[in-house]
Amino acid sequence: MQGVQIDLISAERLSRMASMEKIRLILDKVRDGTIVILESGLSPEEQSSLIEMTMQEILPDGFSGIEIETYPSKQKSGMLSRLVRGESEFRRLTVIGPANQLRMIRRDRDFISAWISSR
Amino acid sequence: MGLSQTFSKILTNLFHKKTSRIGIYGPPNAGKTTLANRIAKEWSTGIEGTVSEVPHETRRALRAENITITGSNGRAITIDIVDTPGVTTKIDYNEFIEYGIARDEAIDRAREATEGVAEAMHWLREDIDGVIYMMDATADPFAQVNIMMVGIIESRHLPVVIAANKTDLPDASPQRIKTAFPQHPVVPISSLTGTKVEDLYEEMIRAFR
Repeated sequence: MQGVQIDLISAERLSRMASMEKIRLILDKVRDGTIVILESGLSPEEQSSLIEMTMQEILPDGFSGIEIETYPSKQKSGMLSRLVRGESEFRRLTVIGPANQLRMIRRDRDFISAWISSR
Repeated sequence: MGLSQTFSKILTNLFHKKTSRIGIYGPPNAGKTTLANRIAKEWSTGIEGTVSEVPHETRRALRAENITITGSNGRAITIDIVDTPGVTTKIDYNEFIEYGIARDEAIDRAREATEGVAEAMHWLREDIDGVIYMMDATADPFAQVNIMMVGIIESRHLPVVIAANKTDLPDASPQRIKTAFPQHPVVPISSLTGTKVEDLYEEMIRAFR
């Protein structure tokens, strides 16, 4: 049977992983053609590192990068949460796949529609 | 940003010990280099970046130093402007071939573009004090790169002004950007024609002082 592998990773499992572990896991899976769904998404710092590492792994006629879909961030308000790192945003469900297999059809503040193709 | 970094930044701002570095960020082809060139031309000594319709024309961060921008009420800021490569999560050299560029050169461009994006992300984490985030007002503001980049900028507590660019085009809709990012100042401009860039300068003086 032909198809696309989809891995759903729970928030609980993600919370036990270091940032670099998450990014390595995501890139290894996506480079193999797997669609990864993160229940709790990545922090902005992790997203920044993911972009940087993705760029370093792009090769001509090989891996061309990732498509990543998530909702816009929601910021917590309040002085304390703004001052304490990591407390100013909610992490939201995120879908990541190979750029040549995952396409966004429509995205809104609270709705994402995407198309996944096999390689 | 931790507490110690936050206080350090407050102290630095209080005593104006250094010129702020303001990064122009945004997706490819949003008009970042056109704006950087305009700022350099209007407030500094010369033009530095090359502008083209081909995405990723800017593949290295370019810096113009000690630019003093003066507002209508006489208030002024002195800043360094860093024009950064367009941020994306994917680069395929075939995209350049579609613009008539030969395969070998396209592969070189793609490699330089990947290095440039990685460099831009590094600048944002280490060396940027404020951001002008450029969006193409004719494009979907909910593009993933915009959502991620605004989230990253917010997480670093950097002051940000969003420029809703390309208002000279008939299907531009700055209002969509304002609706998508209501938490930040959004200034509709055309960096190509210069329309309303004075409003952007005023907002920059407010945000980056």
